[in-house]
Amino acid sequence: MTTAPLDKAIPLGRLRLGHSAVFWLGFCAVTVLLIAAPLVLPEFWRRFLTEVLIWGLLAMSSDLLIGYTGMISFGHSAFFGLGMYGAAGALLMVSPPNLWLAILLGLAGAAGAALFVAFFSTRLRDIYFAITTLIFSQIFYVIIFTWTAVTGGENGLIFTRPHLTIPLLYNARFTSTTLHWFVLAVVAGSYLILHRITQSPFGMVLQSIRENESRTRAIGYAVERYKMMSVMLSGLFAGLAGVLYAIQNEFAAPDFVYFLTSGDTVIYNVLGGIGTLVGPIVGAGFFQLARQLLAQAFGDQFPYLIPLGLVFIATIIFLPQGILGFARRWLNR
Amino acid sequence: MGALGQFFHAIPFDLIIIQTVNGIVTGMILALIASGLTLIFGIMDVVNFAHGELFMLGAYIGFVVFVTTGSFWLALIGASLIVAILGAAMQIVALRPLIGRDPLNTILATFGISLVLQNYALWQFGPVVRKIPEPISSQFTLFYLQYPWYRILITVLSAAIIGGFWLYLKYGKLGVWIRATAQDRVMAQAMGIPVPWVYTGVFAIGAAMAAASGVLFAPMVGVSHTMGLDWVLKAFIVVVVGGMGNLAGSIVAAIFISLLEAYATIWVDPSQAVIVSFVVLILTLLFRPTGLFVATPR
Repeated sequence: MTTAPLDKAIPLGRLRLGHSAVFWLGFCAVTVLLIAAPLVLPEFWRRFLTEVLIWGLLAMSSDLLIGYTGMISFGHSAFFGLGMYGAAGALLMVSPPNLWLAILLGLAGAAGAALFVAFFSTRLRDIYFAITTLIFSQIFYVIIFTWTAVTGGENGLIFTRPHLTIPLLYNARFTSTTLHWFVLAVVAGSYLILHRITQSPFGMVLQSIRENESRTRAIGYAVERYKMMSVMLSGLFAGLAGVLYAIQNEFAAPDFVYFLTSGDTVIYNVLGGIGTLVGPIVGAGFFQLARQLLAQAFGDQFPYLIPLGLVFIATIIFLPQGILGFARRWLNR
Repeated sequence: MGALGQFFHAIPFDLIIIQTVNGIVTGMILALIASGLTLIFGIMDVVNFAHGELFMLGAYIGFVVFVTTGSFWLALIGASLIVAILGAAMQIVALRPLIGRDPLNTILATFGISLVLQNYALWQFGPVVRKIPEPISSQFTLFYLQYPWYRILITVLSAAIIGGFWLYLKYGKLGVWIRATAQDRVMAQAMGIPVPWVYTGVFAIGAAMAAASGVLFAPMVGVSHTMGLDWVLKAFIVVVVGGMGNLAGSIVAAIFISLLEAYATIWVDPSQAVIVSFVVLILTLLFRPTGLFVATPR
């Protein structure tokens, strides 16, 4: 918020490009890099990168709440998990498993959870919102954990990956490369949609709720309705991330509905920079990479959350804008 | 008449009385945890996400002190003191720099602290559940059960700690400072009250209460690194239902919710009885969003 306004065009060599040209150039460059990545990376890191993209999508969805509407959600695991179990349900019930049906049912599951949370939690502000989202996600966890007949309880559900189908055009098994491209396409598309949403008049109202809720209300906006919409949208994208995760790993487990997933999501946001949309993806990458490297250096049993938790606390105190915070203003134009 | 008699016959009165006693016992422990939480919120506007971890750490330190000295009461006092010091250090290092910033920052910071503490406990003690034996093992007969006196003792001790704390708030020097700071921070500072240190003191007291409840409760359930989250969730529900920052409201809400959960376990599985407290929370949010005991602002 303290960055100087960047109204002038950014000089790029001798060319003087406008803001949107630089934005699209940057977007294309990163996308091309991510498209090329699985062709050069070994299998392990290919998987890793795909997973980071999925966590990034989850983090990005919660950034809509934390960064743009000013509400911290500690319950994103519920949306993620419901997306996961929705996809699992579609893949197990319909044969042959259909990719698009899985996405549809996953989104429906997440939307159901989001509607529930939105209806009750948006009556509350700040901390009350944070606490109630946490409690609601725990409700979903208890239900999924104890309703063994449907959800498989502690063991979760195991299923096979659907084919990558584009009706009338394409139908083949997922390879790790095409899966990566598919995930990348979904995440990049989601980014563009979310970016567009935050720049729309609707997104502006969300940001004004963040800055001054009572004034927004006084101007005449139905704040509650905007908050509910924001939670719903956020939940949908989190559910999409859950679907992708389910497809990548071919299982749904109650662990992902547990509070830890929500906590990780918040960490990604804070580390990467809230209110930037790309920051949370970077944060997710940083977190997962650090975790991986720590595990490789000190063994699997190493409590990686101790050093990362300390980094997290230090970030809040000394670098509240996160890694990409310096670019926040520029990214939101 | 016969139908009515049958109806009364179907109600398990003995079970209900047993569960009433159980509910009051857990309710008082919960009240002790929640009163620390609500105290910290009411005075500092900080939602202490790490409160459950202080409870858990208290239980672990109590376990360590008990193993080395063999005395439960030393464990209780030692754990409270050590966790109080830890709480003060936490407040000075992580929360003091955040005074004046958006209150959401403090939630995030305490969340970070809870992560570190929980993983430290897991790393240090492993996933094995540790047990502290009950300091008094005598029992009395309650219907067909041998009910341990220790549970009654916990209830009395929790009530005594809360009561003592309440008296201290009313008459003690720091207590008066705390109340003054809660009423008007700027004015209190102008009168020469060291407000930052009052904050530290409040945090230390809240932490000590969490640790004390951890040690008191350990003989009933065992000590594990995940006990923090379960209990802090319940404490949050209690604090929201009782009204944030309302000490008396939290105590009543703690007993109320624990009783409901205890009754629910007569008919359903304990893991599903948790849903009852969630339902209470949802109903409270729907009809009295500021808590049962605070007038809803129109």
